[in-house]
Amino acid sequence: MLLHSTKADWLGNIRGDVLAGLVVALALIPEAIAFSIIAGVDPKIGLYASFCIAVIIAFVGGRPGMISAATGAMALLMVTLVKEHGLQYLLAATLLTGLIQIVMGYLKLGSLMSFVSRSVVTGFVNALAILIFMAQLPELTNVTWHVYAMTAAGLGIIYLFPYVPGIGKTIPSPLVCILSLTVFAIVTGLDIRTVGDMGELPDTLPIFLWPEVPLTLETLQIIFPYAAALAVVGLLESLMTATIVDDLTDTPSDKNRECKGQGIANIGSGLLGGMAGCAMIGQSVINVKSGGRGRLSTLIAGSVLLIMVVFLNDWVAKIPMAALVAVMIMVSIGTFDWESIRNLQKHPLSTNVVMIATVVVVVWTHNLAFGVFVGVLLASLFFANKVSHFMYVETEMDEEKNQRTYRVHGQVFFNSSTKFLEHFDFKEAVERIVIDLSRAHFWDISAVHALDMAVLKFRREGADVELIGLNEATETIVDRFGVHDKPEQIERVLGGH
Amino acid sequence: MNDQNVVSCIDGSAFTEAVCDYSAWMAKGTNAPLKFLHTVEQSSTPAVADLSGAIGLGASEDLLNELSEVEQNRSRLLVKKGNLMLQAAKQKAEDAGVHTVELRQQKGGLAESLIEMEEQIRVLVVGIRGTAHDSGRAGLGAQLETVIRSLHKPILVVNKEFSKPEKIMLAYDGSKGSRKALEIVASNPLFKSTPCHLVHVGDQTNVADKLLEEAADVLRAAEIETTTARLNGKAENSLAAYQAEQNIDLTLMGAFSHTRVRDFILGSFTAKMLQKTQRPLLLLR
Repeated sequence: MLLHSTKADWLGNIRGDVLAGLVVALALIPEAIAFSIIAGVDPKIGLYASFCIAVIIAFVGGRPGMISAATGAMALLMVTLVKEHGLQYLLAATLLTGLIQIVMGYLKLGSLMSFVSRSVVTGFVNALAILIFMAQLPELTNVTWHVYAMTAAGLGIIYLFPYVPGIGKTIPSPLVCILSLTVFAIVTGLDIRTVGDMGELPDTLPIFLWPEVPLTLETLQIIFPYAAALAVVGLLESLMTATIVDDLTDTPSDKNRECKGQGIANIGSGLLGGMAGCAMIGQSVINVKSGGRGRLSTLIAGSVLLIMVVFLNDWVAKIPMAALVAVMIMVSIGTFDWESIRNLQKHPLSTNVVMIATVVVVVWTHNLAFGVFVGVLLASLFFANKVSHFMYVETEMDEEKNQRTYRVHGQVFFNSSTKFLEHFDFKEAVERIVIDLSRAHFWDISAVHALDMAVLKFRREGADVELIGLNEATETIVDRFGVHDKPEQIERVLGGH
Repeated sequence: MNDQNVVSCIDGSAFTEAVCDYSAWMAKGTNAPLKFLHTVEQSSTPAVADLSGAIGLGASEDLLNELSEVEQNRSRLLVKKGNLMLQAAKQKAEDAGVHTVELRQQKGGLAESLIEMEEQIRVLVVGIRGTAHDSGRAGLGAQLETVIRSLHKPILVVNKEFSKPEKIMLAYDGSKGSRKALEIVASNPLFKSTPCHLVHVGDQTNVADKLLEEAADVLRAAEIETTTARLNGKAENSLAAYQAEQNIDLTLMGAFSHTRVRDFILGSFTAKMLQKTQRPLLLLR
């Protein structure tokens, strides 16, 4: 089932997939190098990772046409691990990440994505774009004006070249940017930083290697927190990207298979000396935009990337960092959801708070998992608050029978239970109290407790209390946890206070 | 049995007309209602392809809008075209004297749609190739294999202009599938007055003759004019040759249910037969 794919997945769109795969491969090279630099490892670690992940996902992924490789979101989580413990521990953490993701896939945790609301996704995407942009800043500080000029020229080429009639839409403009800036730097002999200065580039195909770490509990203690965060962030970004690709292509995907696939790809990457990765929003959009739809596009992207880097590594080393920075700024601009800024005026405050809180937490902690956690938490609280507004109580007095009826409407749960109690007038002297619950729903212990308190208090004031119209679910929970009709329990509820 | 239809799949390819005729013949012969099916499938070739590789402000939203607009127009056109096609097919079938003709247009892949309505299918009529391969080249259609694999109903594969079947051939090897096919021929009103050639391919004379004799008895008991023949050589080649030589209009065979793995290595016999044969093939199971 993990390898199942139809002929159409692979061969349904050969021309489009091959062309898009080539475009993506070219765009992946600068990204993989840039993200390796963010993580603090040699560019070859990111390039190997991008190759392995893209190729493995082509076979085992659940979303054909989605591009996965070494990503910024993941690279940011590894910085401390690499700094304090070195590359081997990163490789071990990558393996563990894959393992955790596979387990999560089998536990079908992909469906938990439904808790991640639209505004959290927007916040995630925006935070990611900001982080990618911020990671470029070290390349732009304490440098000569040449670097600024080249970066600006690079951006100009990237965004203006597509308007050149004829060739503009057939040659990837990031490639044109990299090529022309590299040629310019070599010809003028400018003394600026190049990719070669950033560390080792791959000169061979990746080879199988087992991370050289002691297999002890101590190692596990070091890598587990990183692996867990990597696993969560990797799946979050992958599933979000899968949804975006689903929307763009109007085709469904298998989210749980994608979780397992990401796990397998990360294990493969770890064993071949690469870092952990996940799906990439920007690259996947580029792929779809270039006409890529099938698994073939991902396979081509990964394999062409490696072939180019291995055979052209002398040339890749000469690419000026300014060109990479320009490409990465493009990626961050393309990833950012600009619509969301305009929507700030239109959307309700709670939605905006969730979105902005997600962004702020991520930018502050450099950990997308924390941001999503805070976003989901806030969104749930806001939701609970909104639902509790829909709880109200109508009341009616029958003078003849000396009976008051309370009609409860809406959802009674922890958040609305206090409000529920406030609606009752315990000081009124009446003979009979009827509480009509036919339009109410009791959700939890707090709600049942509030009901108990209401009934008991009325009884203490000397009134007869009757509950009517419990719906089935409410009746079950009131029967199980309520005490007002169990005399032996009443002591405990009231006596304690 | 009465709520089961002869389902006919049309897509506007070169075989559409022949498919209409064959299904009308089938529906009249079996006295079953006829249902024309046309599926509107989103083409897997993307409508927009921009290789610039640059993503700017709101790249994802812009792309989504652009794609949905193009695909909306494309789908509308396809639906309209399909509707016209279905109406034409209905007219044709009614002219041919079929009493109940139903039309159905569905979104999605052909195989998926057929699997969904499998319960209502009595016989399925499809062309050997669809529009995707309409350039006149030989070969099997992109969908045919999946359809044959996923359905468990008789399938008539049409590969030429309609001519009323005057002479049919049953490929018989004594297997469970072919015995089932034999029963169908013997009992179906469609083949009541059509002479049948009972053909076996194999080297072992005694076994073959005995098999053929037994089978021929079944057909003769059903008052069907029967000729038997024993052939040598590669099954698909000799069957195709016999077909041409005896001027057979329709070949019937039980579909062979090998495993996918075996088919992958050896090539499925059904697929080989489909490629070789010049006449319509009715796969029974």
